[in-house]
Parts: sequence; C-alpha cells; structure tokens
Amino acid sequence: MRFMVLVPGSPEFESGELPSKGDLEAMGKFNEELVKAGVMLAADGLHPSSKAARVRFDGRERTVIDGPFTEAKELVAGYWIWECASQEEAIEWLKRAPLFDGGMEIELRQIMDPEELEGQLK
Amino acid sequence: MTASPTHRAIDAVWRIESARLIAGLTRLVRNVSVAEDMAQDALVAALEQWPQDGIPDNPGAWLMTTAKRRGIDALRRRVALERKQELIGHELQILGELEQPDLAAEVDDVQDDVLRLIFMTCHPVLSRDARVALTLRLLGGLSTTEIARAFLVSGSTVTQRIVRAKRTLGEARVPFEVPGRDELGDRVSAVLEVIYLVFNEGYAATGGEQWTRPVLCQDALRLGRILAGLMPREPEVHGLLSLMELQASRLRARVGPDGEPVRLADQDRARWDHLLVQRGLTGLQRAEELSGALGPYTLQAAIAACHARARSVEQTDWVRIVALYDGLAALTGSPVVELNRAVAVTMAFGPEAGLELIDSLAGDPALRDYHLLPSVRGDILERLGRLTEAHDEFVRAADLCANVSERGLLLSRALACNP
Repeated sequence: MRFMVLVPGSPEFESGELPSKGDLEAMGKFNEELVKAGVMLAADGLHPSSKAARVRFDGRERTVIDGPFTEAKELVAGYWIWECASQEEAIEWLKRAPLFDGGMEIELRQIMDPEELEGQLK
Repeated sequence: MTASPTHRAIDAVWRIESARLIAGLTRLVRNVSVAEDMAQDALVAALEQWPQDGIPDNPGAWLMTTAKRRGIDALRRRVALERKQELIGHELQILGELEQPDLAAEVDDVQDDVLRLIFMTCHPVLSRDARVALTLRLLGGLSTTEIARAFLVSGSTVTQRIVRAKRTLGEARVPFEVPGRDELGDRVSAVLEVIYLVFNEGYAATGGEQWTRPVLCQDALRLGRILAGLMPREPEVHGLLSLMELQASRLRARVGPDGEPVRLADQDRARWDHLLVQRGLTGLQRAEELSGALGPYTLQAAIAACHARARSVEQTDWVRIVALYDGLAALTGSPVVELNRAVAVTMAFGPEAGLELIDSLAGDPALRDYHLLPSVRGDILERLGRLTEAHDEFVRAADLCANVSERGLLLSRALACNP
C-alpha cells in the first residue's frame, strides 16, 4: 500500500526561511531510517507559495492567480511517499517523525490504486 | 492476529522492529534460533501488556529490553535445572553476554546487525528453499502461514524448513558477520539470488491459479530497498533493485480484466507505474556509475530500462537490447538468456534470424521442459506465417506450463493460429 504524507507549511516557511542545520540533520536521519527500512519511495520539499500560482476555473474562463496565498497552515510545504504493508505501519512511521510540535497535525493519505478506478470505466 | 486496533498496531510495530530486534539479539547470544525465541517472547509480552498499557513511546527499545529480561529469566531457570548435569558452559556464556550492558548497540549502528543477519539467512550452507523461508521470516517479518501461502506449500513444511535451517546454521557455526572482501562478491550474489527468487515467484508465479502475486513482489522490493540502504556502494545491489522496480512498474498492466496475462507488446503503457519507472531508471544510473564492468542484474536492468523508456514496441531500441543480451550471455552462459536474446534478435533483425538462433538451442537439455522455448518458437513461426507449425508449438508450450492463467494464454494463441 502506498501512502502520501502531506507536510503543512508555517509562517516561517512561507516567509522563505530555510530550516536550521539541526532541523535538517534530524530530518535527514529520519529519512535515512525510512530508506534503510525499505519504506521510502519519494520525498520532496516545495517552495513557499510566493512562487506558486493557482488557476481558477469558471465555465470556459481560466483565471491565473499568483501567490503568495494566505492560511499558511493549510498550504502544503512538502510530502513523502511511502510503501507500507498497512495503514497502521504508516502511522507508526509517522509517529516517529522529528520536528513536528505545538499541536501541528500531519496528514496521512492512502494513495488510490488505479485498479480501484478501473471498475468505473467498464 | 486478532483485528482490534491495538493488535493491528502491534502487528505494524512488529513489522518495523522484528528484523532489528532479532539481529541485535543474535549478536548478543550468537544463536539465531535462541534470538528468535527471545524476540517471540517479547512479542507475546507486548500482546499481553500493550492492549492495557498502550503502546510505549519507543516500542523498539521496549521489545529489546523485554526480550533480554525474559531471556535472562529463562536461562537462569535452565542453568539452575541443568547445574546438576554440568551442562552449563554455553548457557552461562550467553547469560554473561545478556547481563552486560549492551555497549555495542550504542557504538555500533544497529543496522549493521541487520546486514549481518541477511548474510546469515542467505548463507550458502542452506538450501535455496531454506534461505528463502528464513529470510522472509526473520527479515521480512512474515509469518509461517504467509510464507506457506506465498509458495503454495503447507505451513508445517515451512515450519520444518525454518527449524532445520536454524539448526544447520548452528551446526555449521556460521558466524554472525559481514563477509570479508575475498568472499564478499559471492556472498552478495547469494543474497541477491534469494531476493530475486522471491520477486520472481510474485512476478510470474510458477504454479497455481494466479499469474502474478504482487504482495510477494512487494516483499522482495522491500528487502531489495533495505539492502540498497545498507550496502549503498555495491553496484549489483542497485542493479537488482532497479531491475525489480522496472519489472514491478508493469505489474498492473500485465494482468487483464479477468486475471489473464497481457504480453509486453499488448500492454497499455499508460498503466505502467511511473514512480517505479523513475526509481528504476535512477537506480540503474547509480549501478552503472558504481560498476566497472556491468554485472548480470545491472545488465538485465538496462534491458528492462530499454522497454521502460520506449513509447511502444516499435519504438523500442531492440538493437541495444540485443547488445545487452550479448553481454549477459557472455557473463552467464545461460540458455534462458540465449532464448531471450533470440526474441530480441527477432525484433531487431527479423524472424528468420531469430528462428536460426532458436533452433540452435533446441537440443539444450536445460531447456527441454521449459515452456517458453516452444512458446517463443511458436511466436516466431507465427510471424513467418507458418501457422500450422506455430499452432503445434503453442500447444506444446501449454502442455509444459504449470501456471493456469499462462496456459490459457498459450492455448488461445494456439487457437488463433488455426487455419
């Protein structure tokens, strides 16, 4: 089963502040653990929303909205893609992630298998 | 295991921690059988206590401490019982090890223990079946029942295999270590062989009703990824992982709506798993950068990459595939490789050239009962328009094939050749 972990942004992240050396090292260590456990498939950090854009759809009309966007906590700052045997395993891994604190909520989503959609096409 | 949320969580913790736990304990007690018993004891303790007390903050450390404490208690009882019979030397030694603070666990990376355990469970002193069963059990965290189901044998067969394997390791005094430089190459090959055997059983099941068993591929991929994390400088480790990821990227496209096999030529390439394709191509690049001359898995990955990069069968670089098969044939001398080379030659240089190669292989005793020989010959004859002969070859291939779905495909190809 494949999972995506969505890491939300913060005001510091949105302001373009890069993580500290200590934070980077802690996250690097956790990522290495994920790799050595054979769980990690992909991981990326995103640029802040000041470099982002949105396309708004309205009938035939397309409007481009440039960042930055507000509600820093609702913006995604990065993601992991993990291969796990169960949702419980993915949760166990997520519980071990460093750096998150202060009531931050990190969302874990199962990636849909294309086969689950194929029934719809028949 | 029962399905309460805590039990499912314990299951997950076990999957994450069991290999490290068993490996760490094996280092302490120098006996994989004793180590596994201790780990199982700790699991039983977790199943008793965690549903009431909750899962501890550091479940790995909890399991290790509990395993050691319970192990010490059990050994003390045995030593007390056996003292009269003067059979205590070995137990006392283990007890001494366990009661020491585990300095090595702090100094040494625990991951090194996992690597040592892999080399132990894949040791050449064991039969292939035993290596596969023991590796899946101790490193994959699979239960005996899961292994039995995967290989279509009974649970008691697997249990016996594992018990016997652990006894053999003890009797042969197989050391708990990463082999030295002089034998490392051969021993790495032995590990890779086990992982690829597991993968292949999932990718093209040799027997049974189903054509593929993706769960088994996942177990092999996980082992391959673990190994690549532990031995990042070994080119063939990356070569095998790349090969498996590229092949696994086609898993969902190679099974039709009714479970029937779909050949590479007929696959909808949009349904390939592009994350795995990308990982496979990156892994291949890494293997090539680390290699002097490319090893057999890296060559096979390079062949798989030719398919992964091509938008269609027609746009595939078949000439390059032939060249890669030339290298692989020179390296392995395997008639199965020659057979695959004949397919590539057919695609690159035409069916006449392919048929000539196939006919030179016909007498090879290693291919006598191999269903893919008549299957490939049938395919080439069909391309040449020699349909009656093609029909007979496909029927012959179906007779030799043990997998139900694959046999169905071969029979339908035979039928399509009927004039």
